[in-house]
Amino acid sequence: MEVRFWNKEIETLDRPALEQLQLKRLRETVGYALQTHFYKNRLAKTGITSPEDIKTLADLKKIPYTTKDDMRESYPRGLLAVSSDEVVRIHTSSGTTGLPTVIYYTREDLDNWTENLARCIIATGAGRADVFQNMMSYGMFTGGLGLHYGAEKVGMTVIPIGGGNTKRQIQLMKDFGTTVLHITPSYLLHIHDKLAEVEVKLSDLALKRAFIGAEPHSENTRKKIEDLFHIDAYNSYGLSEMNGPGVAFECEYKNGMHTWEDGYIMEIIDPKTGAVLSEEMEGEIVFTNLIRRATPLLRYRTRDLGYIIKGACPCGRTHRRLSRITGRTDDMLIVNGVNVFPSQIEEVIMRIPQVGTNYQIHLEKDGALDKLIIKVEIYSKLFHGEMSELDNLKRKIKEDLRASIIINPQVELHEPGSLPVFEGKAKRVVDNRPKF
Amino acid sequence: MKISQISIFLENRKGRLYEVCSVLGANKINIRALTIAETEEFGILRIVVDKAQEAVKVLKDNGFIAHLTDIVAVEVSDEPGGLAKLLKTLNDNDINVEYMYGFVEKATDKALMVFRFDDPDKAIATLSQNGIRIISVKDIEGL
Repeated sequence: MEVRFWNKEIETLDRPALEQLQLKRLRETVGYALQTHFYKNRLAKTGITSPEDIKTLADLKKIPYTTKDDMRESYPRGLLAVSSDEVVRIHTSSGTTGLPTVIYYTREDLDNWTENLARCIIATGAGRADVFQNMMSYGMFTGGLGLHYGAEKVGMTVIPIGGGNTKRQIQLMKDFGTTVLHITPSYLLHIHDKLAEVEVKLSDLALKRAFIGAEPHSENTRKKIEDLFHIDAYNSYGLSEMNGPGVAFECEYKNGMHTWEDGYIMEIIDPKTGAVLSEEMEGEIVFTNLIRRATPLLRYRTRDLGYIIKGACPCGRTHRRLSRITGRTDDMLIVNGVNVFPSQIEEVIMRIPQVGTNYQIHLEKDGALDKLIIKVEIYSKLFHGEMSELDNLKRKIKEDLRASIIINPQVELHEPGSLPVFEGKAKRVVDNRPKF
Repeated sequence: MKISQISIFLENRKGRLYEVCSVLGANKINIRALTIAETEEFGILRIVVDKAQEAVKVLKDNGFIAHLTDIVAVEVSDEPGGLAKLLKTLNDNDINVEYMYGFVEKATDKALMVFRFDDPDKAIATLSQNGIRIISVKDIEGL
């Protein structure tokens, strides 16, 4: 197999040199962090008041972990390390308690992010001759814009269609001979189901590759996608706290995702004790971002579970590989690639007076796609016997959920006392999707 | 004169309608008129009974969501065009019907219809002026 590189020098840098580069960038990042309100206080408690206090990479362990709650409490400017003149982009995520999280980017930060994505794309064997249809949502979700910039940098022909509208997706795939897709695995399987309906045959398409991410999936799902479409599918991993997609990506050998270690220090920890684990041991993934000046994040706990794959990859890249994401340390749900916490749903529906005290969140598979069903009990005193009030209530629940957490659930109204009641901790989430 | 209709919220669950009727039957409450408005996963059962207050109490005691609504019951000539004639009167007087349904039985040669109006007082006044008989609670108890 002929292996191609975007930046061969960095991608194949030997370990000592790579670690030297990590140390240099970690020092710089600590310097930026000390410009933020949050880290100035946090690092002072550990005796770190200057980048010079980081002597070796082992000194990273002196730095406490940063959590999502730290980010929320620092909203909106507690983690901003540069003047607003230098900020060229903001991405935020919705918050469970009303407080979102925010990431700022300078021009250079965006360039660094884009560089990583260019490496990812080339590592899969794709390149400037490809037509790239980006089916991830654009906007505040980093998945769409991240790959978009990377693909343009590589010189691909980019179709920035975003998510949804399956018929049009297929039409464009056909008309422009799309060769590479960026898509969630569930949506890609859904598209296969729809091909016959719109009378398009696989032979009408020119697909070669798919970058699949934003939701966990199994090796079997990858195989299924590859068999159904006769393409190669590459696993993609990222999170907005670490810029977005392009943190880790599979190469042509498709055996774990190379984490760009000149950009991120990757650690795996025991989520209970916080102890750092060795390679091959599964735990919570922790990243330190080395390539973002506007919002430095040190030892950020992702709440994603996985492990570092031991040994060298035949492609020659020295950047170590991350396993598939095997789960979460929290109760976050991933619904068609969108991250949702049950508490966010509760927050929305409990604000509506006609909703009683009991509710349940059901997840089902509807063909290849995920279906989210919110079952609520209605509050008997607010029932006046009119069908229109029940229709309005359903609509309100749907609209409020769509507006605040960008999901489009099915809403079911139930009689009080008809949903299961729990003593102690309620089991609100019933996930009937097949385990991956 | 307005009479009371009971609206009951029902999940589309096997046997749920039976449970309502069974509670009413056990309490010697007689259904005079009924209709069901349904959607995929729930419905609203609307009934007119001989003892409305008592019916709501036993329904609530048995865990049902029940609500009393004012409706108007009227006599309609049981002949072709009878209902149309009545509706014309309402239409001419700009009175809006939200929904309507028929009684199970009738006392005379006239049919009995239940109407839900957005403005029941205006509807009663208009209908009476036009010589249409409004059914009273007593009439219903006597059916």
